[in-house]
Amino acid sequence: MESKDYLKDISEIKDLMNKSSRFISLSGLSGILAGTYALIGAAIAYYIVDNSVRGYLILDGNIFRLCLFILFMVAFLSVVTGIVLTTSKAKKQGAKIWDSTSKRLLINFLIPLIAGGLYILIILDQHKYGQTAALMLIFYGLALVNASKYSIGDIRYLGFIQLILGLLCALNPGWGFWYWVIGFGLMHIIYGTWMHFKYDRK
Amino acid sequence: MSIITNINKLFDHRIRLGIMSVLMVNEYADFNMLKELLGATDGNLASHTKALEKAEYIKVEKQFIGRKPNTRYSTTKQGRAAFKKHIEALEKLINKQ
Repeated sequence: MESKDYLKDISEIKDLMNKSSRFISLSGLSGILAGTYALIGAAIAYYIVDNSVRGYLILDGNIFRLCLFILFMVAFLSVVTGIVLTTSKAKKQGAKIWDSTSKRLLINFLIPLIAGGLYILIILDQHKYGQTAALMLIFYGLALVNASKYSIGDIRYLGFIQLILGLLCALNPGWGFWYWVIGFGLMHIIYGTWMHFKYDRK
Repeated sequence: MSIITNINKLFDHRIRLGIMSVLMVNEYADFNMLKELLGATDGNLASHTKALEKAEYIKVEKQFIGRKPNTRYSTTKQGRAAFKKHIEALEKLINKQ
C-alpha cells in the first residue's frame, strides 16, 4: 500500500486553484478608511448644504459643484488608500500586485462600475437627480458581486447589501443621502473591520 | 481495492497535479505563470507538461506576443474528466481513513 498523504494533495490542489484564479490580497484596513472618508465627506457636504441660503441641494450653482468635488475626493482618496494598502499586503504575502488575477479582478469590477457611473452622469445632465444615490449603490453592488468571483468570496455579501440598500433607497427618494452614508460609509467600516480580523490578522 | 484503480498514476506527482489544478480553474496559463505558481525549474516543468500533453490531458499552443515566443496551456475534455475522477478517488480514500 502507498502511504501517501492524500490530504496534503487535496489541500495543495485547493491552494493552487485559489492562488491562480483569485486575487486575495485586498486589505480590510482600506475598507475601514474608505468608509471613514465617505463619512467625513458626507458630514462636510451635509454641513455646507444645511448652512447654505436654501438649506437644500439644487443642481446648479457652487454648492452642488462643491458637493461633487467632495464626492470625487472621497472616491480618489479611497482608491489611492486601497492601492497603497493592498500593494503592501501583497508584498507581505509574497504575491504579485499586477498579475492575471488582479487584472481580471479589476476589469470585472470596473465594467458595471464604469457603465453605471456614465449612466449617472448622463441622467444628472438631464436633470434627473432623484435616484442618484440609489443608482450609485446599485451599480456598486453589482460591481462587487461581479468581482467576487475573482477575489475573496465574502465580497459578494457586501455587494448584496449594497444592492438591497440601493433598491430601498430607490423606494425612499428623499432619504438618498442617508442610504448613501449607510452604504458607502457605515458598511465599508463594518465590512473592513470584519475582513481585517478574519484575514489580515493571521 | 477498486478505488485505488481510480487513482491516476499520471497525477501522482506534485508538479503534474499542480499543472492540472491551475488549468482546471483558468481558461489557460502560460509557461511562466505555471513556473511561478509551482516553483519549478524550466526543464522540470517542461518534462511534466510534455507528459500531460502526451496523455492528451492538456493542449499546447505556441504563439508570439510581440517578438517573444509564448507557450500557453489549457485542459482538454479528457483531461478534465480524468482529473475529476482522480479527485473523487482521493476524496473517497480520505473518507475511508
